[in-house]
Amino acid sequence: MNTKVRIAGVELKNPVMVASGTFGSGEEYSEFVDLNQLGAVVTKGVANVPWPGNPTPRVAETYGGMMNAIGLQNPGIDVFIKRDIPFLKQFDTRIIVNVCGRSTEDYVEVVERLGDEPVDLLEINISCPNVKEGGIAFGQNPAMAEAITKAVKRVAKQPVIMKLSPNVTDITEMAKAVEAGGADAVSLINTLTGMKIDIHRQTFALANKTGGLSGPAVKPVAVRMVYQTANAIKLPIIGMGGIASAEDALEFILAGATGVSVGTANFYNPYTTKEVVDGIEAYMKQHQIENISDLIGIVK
Amino acid sequence: MSKVKETAAVIRQDRLAEGVYSMWIHTPAIAAQAKAGQFISVYPRDGSRLLPRPISLCEIDAAAGNLRIVYRVVGGGTEEFSHYQAGDPVTVLGPLGNGFYPQTGSALLIAGGIGIPPMVELAKTLKKNGVTDLVSVIGYRNADTFLVSELEACGSVCPATEDGSLGIQGTVMDAIRAHNLTADTIYACGPMPMLRAVKAFGESHKIRTQISMEERMACGIGACLGCVCQSKEIDEHSHVHNKRICKDGPVFWAEEVEIG
Repeated sequence: MNTKVRIAGVELKNPVMVASGTFGSGEEYSEFVDLNQLGAVVTKGVANVPWPGNPTPRVAETYGGMMNAIGLQNPGIDVFIKRDIPFLKQFDTRIIVNVCGRSTEDYVEVVERLGDEPVDLLEINISCPNVKEGGIAFGQNPAMAEAITKAVKRVAKQPVIMKLSPNVTDITEMAKAVEAGGADAVSLINTLTGMKIDIHRQTFALANKTGGLSGPAVKPVAVRMVYQTANAIKLPIIGMGGIASAEDALEFILAGATGVSVGTANFYNPYTTKEVVDGIEAYMKQHQIENISDLIGIVK
Repeated sequence: MSKVKETAAVIRQDRLAEGVYSMWIHTPAIAAQAKAGQFISVYPRDGSRLLPRPISLCEIDAAAGNLRIVYRVVGGGTEEFSHYQAGDPVTVLGPLGNGFYPQTGSALLIAGGIGIPPMVELAKTLKKNGVTDLVSVIGYRNADTFLVSELEACGSVCPATEDGSLGIQGTVMDAIRAHNLTADTIYACGPMPMLRAVKAFGESHKIRTQISMEERMACGIGACLGCVCQSKEIDEHSHVHNKRICKDGPVFWAEEVEIG
């Protein structure tokens, strides 16, 4: 049985990875899962300097999901290179570094700093709904998305994945824009912008007022967007949005995803990634599928 | 030490006061490692409620492999827990956080409402360590109290109630002033305004103070960065001024954190 997949020329032992921001840099979860079993670890977004993030409350539960407005708290690229990359290098898994910024210069600076680091792929976050400047501004305008992709590609030494926002009218326009900008792959979806009101305190559940909705509640939206994107561009897709089981992951693969990321489920079941890996293998065995690549996008 | 997630068994459940419940859980792997001031994540069975509920440990019986949690029903998740009966399964993850840092010398335990439960195991630990001068100042809304006898077994207890129906009328701070209490170390858990007042009291009286904080959490293990509090020094993890309550806390020395 062959569970290997290739994303932008990089071979992963299996398609299972984690959604940025739900797994730190892997350390906290290494107590629960053997990181060697994952196709890749996608790190929490890192900027050129430390970001303190948003005030609390930063998280709220919603029906079948949750909202967050962490605000991309991160230690900055210096600490990340010194601490997080060496930690992940101990494991036989691919390292995908998620990059965030407030301006094109911020992104470019981080990507340049990562150029000589043992990182396999870069994921550029142009879709975080929880930071006011930059972030999503790049992810909701096709011309800006193309421009930032070009700027990053000009300096990047590793293949570039652009992470797309679902908070747009037509995600295929954004996918085509980053493809035109030279992206090597896309990942989707980031969270859906939402709001929750605490009726007892009569105020917003999150200090940031709005937050990103994730978890099983968003899965049908994510599968639909992966399907649409797969039919609109030629780039490989990393699909995510509510994946909590192998069955969920397989929906994304059949819809056209080459890779699949476990996100919110890590928070309530730290063993999810391993369960998805095992479950995909069991499915392949049951359906006598030799190569996982034979499943990608076959539902038309 | 390693965290354990498992489906454990409920041993017994009792209603202690209006909306306040006590649950004993048989979970030897967690109980063997647990310390006063730590907490566990408790997972609702209702699949629409994804996130674990962080609940402090009230008592630890490592020999029997049991933990006791005392919690208030505040929403659908804790409402579900309150219906569990002996023999029912309950999924838990723990032990989480760092717990209190027991000191020698006299101790003043200050807690309000659902901040009271972790003081029981702390009081037992301090007593076992030989602390004889131990006073618990505990605040309730009214005379519908809980865990008083457990705390009385370890030292003296000064209650305060908002309506004056038991002990001093007012807050725990009013009770401390009324009894002119002091100690070598203060340990506190309760609502933010109380913790702010306790921190100020500890500073003005030069008493070293530990406070246990709470915040909305998602993962409970330090990955999501949902439950941060403002720290005085640059934190080790993100190099800003945000300590993670679930992993770096929930207990902090008062001077480590800013209470806004």
